[in-house]
Amino acid sequence: MSTPRPFLLLPLLGLIYTPVGGVTPEGPRLGRPAAAEAIAEWNLNVFPDGTGLPPGSGTAVEGKPIYERRCAACHGAEGGGGSADELAGGNGLTSAHADKTIGTYWPYATTVFDFIRRAMPLDAPRSLSDGEVYAVTAYLLHINGIIGAGDPMNANSLPRVMMPNRDGFIRLYPKP
Amino acid sequence: MRKLAQSDSDLLSPVAGGGLLDRRLFLKTGLVFGAATLLPSAAAASAQPIDAKPPWMLRPGAPFSNYGEPSPYENKTIRWIAANAKAPANGISWTPLHRLEGIITPSGLHFERHHNGVPQIEPARHRLLIHGLVRKPLFFSIDDLLRYPTVSRLCFIECGGNSNAGWHEQPMQAAAGYFHGLASCSEWSGVPLAVLLEEAGLEPGATWLIAEGADAIAMNVSIPVAKAMDDAILALYQNGERLRPENGYPVRLVLPGWEGVLNVKWLRRLHAAEAPVMARNETAKYTELLPSGKARQFTFVMDAKSLITHPSPGMSLNGAGLYQITGLAWSGGGKVSRVEVSADGGKTWAAAALQEPVLPQCFTRFRIPWRWSGAPAILKSRAFDETGRVQPERSALLAERGSQGYFHYNAIVSWAVAPDGTISHVYA
Ligand code: HEC
Repeated sequence: MSTPRPFLLLPLLGLIYTPVGGVTPEGPRLGRPAAAEAIAEWNLNVFPDGTGLPPGSGTAVEGKPIYERRCAACHGAEGGGGSADELAGGNGLTSAHADKTIGTYWPYATTVFDFIRRAMPLDAPRSLSDGEVYAVTAYLLHINGIIGAGDPMNANSLPRVMMPNRDGFIRLYPKP
Repeated sequence: MRKLAQSDSDLLSPVAGGGLLDRRLFLKTGLVFGAATLLPSAAAASAQPIDAKPPWMLRPGAPFSNYGEPSPYENKTIRWIAANAKAPANGISWTPLHRLEGIITPSGLHFERHHNGVPQIEPARHRLLIHGLVRKPLFFSIDDLLRYPTVSRLCFIECGGNSNAGWHEQPMQAAAGYFHGLASCSEWSGVPLAVLLEEAGLEPGATWLIAEGADAIAMNVSIPVAKAMDDAILALYQNGERLRPENGYPVRLVLPGWEGVLNVKWLRRLHAAEAPVMARNETAKYTELLPSGKARQFTFVMDAKSLITHPSPGMSLNGAGLYQITGLAWSGGGKVSRVEVSADGGKTWAAAALQEPVLPQCFTRFRIPWRWSGAPAILKSRAFDETGRVQPERSALLAERGSQGYFHYNAIVSWAVAPDGTISHVYA
């Protein structure tokens, strides 16, 4: 396990991977073809470039009542002071007690959509429509001072939101 | 009982300060010193059995059981749970490392980190989907997976947030496992992930796999294809039996030596892509904020680490005399090559004996004999691995990372022994 892993370079060369341990054993090849429609229904991933964002749109004004009804019980009014993670404001990242919130820490706005759609509200995951997820995402971006109250968030606009801490990460993989 | 030979008596001279003895002492003279346990030795030698005719010898015992349970007298060997009051299925539970020996964590004591509870998955309704940058997107049922060739692998899984109370300004007082026990070690068996990726046919640009669980948070995280092809396992079995629900039944990822969160439980989807998805659990969490205000991201490999599990806080030494110090060491980088123990707060160190097997990315049990004089002592251990990783002192870790990183705390742990035999956690 201590040996360097030369195959890390292979993707750059466009080669096919083989495991270091030697040959990959032959399997019985039982996988069943997955149709495009099934994949679309299963796939929840939203990438920073917007790949995976569904149709729909919403603003912070529309998101506020949704947040108050569905989220505030755990996350507190205006995204703070609840039992669950703070979602807005907070101390800067170099302060002695830094707060890692959407506004101070999260590098991509698409992640807010991705996470809320798959996981929130915690007591009823997947119960919001895509439009409601856009609206509540817009609300959280707005209370963090990142977008305006009336700015519509959708597949087009969300990936373009520049998050304050967009360049705040040092990637340790692949090795710099 | 074997007598001490002349050469053996050399083993009785200390090899480091504070009374540490040669690690071979117990091996060579085990029987002689076996009598000198924590009990006062005179009593041990002369005492009659208390109960010559114990009641359990006088009538038939309990009948068979379909699935065995621990002795009711061991009911303190339990996971310690810390959950969110408003969301009781969100939280963690620690492995009681301080109550275990050897290297295997019993499945029912494996640590847990659940974001939204343990799903009760019907295996017949569960599917694994592999899609994205593959030539053939494929669904696999659990019955399908059970027909594939399998491998077994002993390895630890450690949460990236393990030991994070170490960042606190004051040393937290808790049993060793309820502080450092978001790490557990099992034998995992299942299908090498490479076999399924080969069947689906990765496209050349596919360098990441976004894995997703079938829990109520649909936990997703990005994993380098290189690791997936190297030694990743789609585990179906843990310690010989099918996975427990809290450990990912019916199928989970095991990525030996890599941060716990990547070992996705209840695995239902692998999405091959050319870039990471930048999921919440690889941006907002499981990244380490540095004093500069920048944060380390994709810190996959768990560092070299060790911990004295016995004696440790909550236990107490019963007078001066001979004791065994034992603990666990591990590294995501490879095999543990050496563990050193200090009984004088780090002034001098002695090599501990490593119990076989010593395996890569696996818990390694270490032991060393110690003659306690009864004076205050500070016990420490430090791990080295075959790749040159060395477990740092706490001050060195803080100097490098600050104290707001939250994840990846692997500093040397110090236990202070007081003259009355009680043990506490100190920064020393
Ligand atoms: C029942 C309590 C509860 C409700 C209701 C709830 N959440 Fe959460 N939320 C949590 C908990 C607990 C977490 C932390 C989850 C974890 O540990 O992975 C969380 C995490 C989050 C996060 C990630 C925070 C971070 O910094 O990583 C976001 C964003 C979020 N919730 C948004 C929402 C939104 C939007 C709603 C309403 C639609 C909502 N939540 C409703 C309990 C709740």
